[in-house]
Amino acid sequence: MPKIEIEPEFCKGCMYCAETCPKKVIGTTSAVNSKGYQYAVPLHPENCIGCTLCAVICPDAAIEVYKEE
Amino acid sequence: MKKIYARPKGLYRNINGYCPGCLHSAAGKIIMSVLEEMDLLDRTAMVDGVGCCANNDNYMDLDAIGTPHGRACATASAIKRCSPETIVITYQGDGDLASIGLAETMLAANRGDNITVFFINNANYGMTGGQMAPTTLLDMKTTTTPFGRNPKEHGYPMDMCKILSALRGPSYIARVTCIDVPNVRKARQAVKDALQHQVDGKGFSMVEFVSNCPTNWGLTPLESLRFAKERMLAEYPLGVYRNL
Repeated sequence: MPKIEIEPEFCKGCMYCAETCPKKVIGTTSAVNSKGYQYAVPLHPENCIGCTLCAVICPDAAIEVYKEE
Repeated sequence: MKKIYARPKGLYRNINGYCPGCLHSAAGKIIMSVLEEMDLLDRTAMVDGVGCCANNDNYMDLDAIGTPHGRACATASAIKRCSPETIVITYQGDGDLASIGLAETMLAANRGDNITVFFINNANYGMTGGQMAPTTLLDMKTTTTPFGRNPKEHGYPMDMCKILSALRGPSYIARVTCIDVPNVRKARQAVKDALQHQVDGKGFSMVEFVSNCPTNWGLTPLESLRFAKERMLAEYPLGVYRNL
């Protein structure tokens, strides 16, 4: 199953990834990182199809995508 | 599990200094991923302009030099002439390239110096607090035009791609944006083409990124993308202006 990893310390919570994701995998919780940004987390990782659109749009390169070969 | 999308190797593993949602960092990410793909990371020198561009120092792991206001193109020309094997890029904002450093930019382009210019156009002076820049849109409110930009008083927005296309020196000029995924992919291709022109020694190449400035526009990141799509792209049409 494809998987995304969001590095909390690089994320600034702009939510471009959540807007772009076709399966609405990404959202936020009340957690914040060391700079006080409410970072994005994969709320519904089971829906991820590994399209990499979130990683392409992420301005801060916080998202990495994994897929089975 | 195989990693199918990775953070570019040339970026430092820390948070960068740009505001949330700023497309400056998207431009930096694209440039670094293209340099990595073309295997140019260890022979590239970057010349930073003044302003938000200075944040690149703790974002992009390249040999870099910061220049006085607007003089990035002149410094880049000097580096290229002293060390022709080095890939020289400049990274400048609109206040830096289109206002303070207009003379250096025009003359470097007119000489056809073999450098690549990345021009981030966000329609104001971001670092100093959102003052009017030459690229500010008509009727756009900034801290120095509180009633909106009035052409009788403040002139018209400057289209640098068209201005530089009128010269004979440049070999590649394109305008791109990073506001959505298809445009990010086109931007990546344009950056690659521009760097390829420099590798082939064809002359001056420039890529303009139509960007946003959520902080000084007073919008949320997502609202600023919509504003950029509706207003900025109407004034600054995308496309390849010169490809020799």
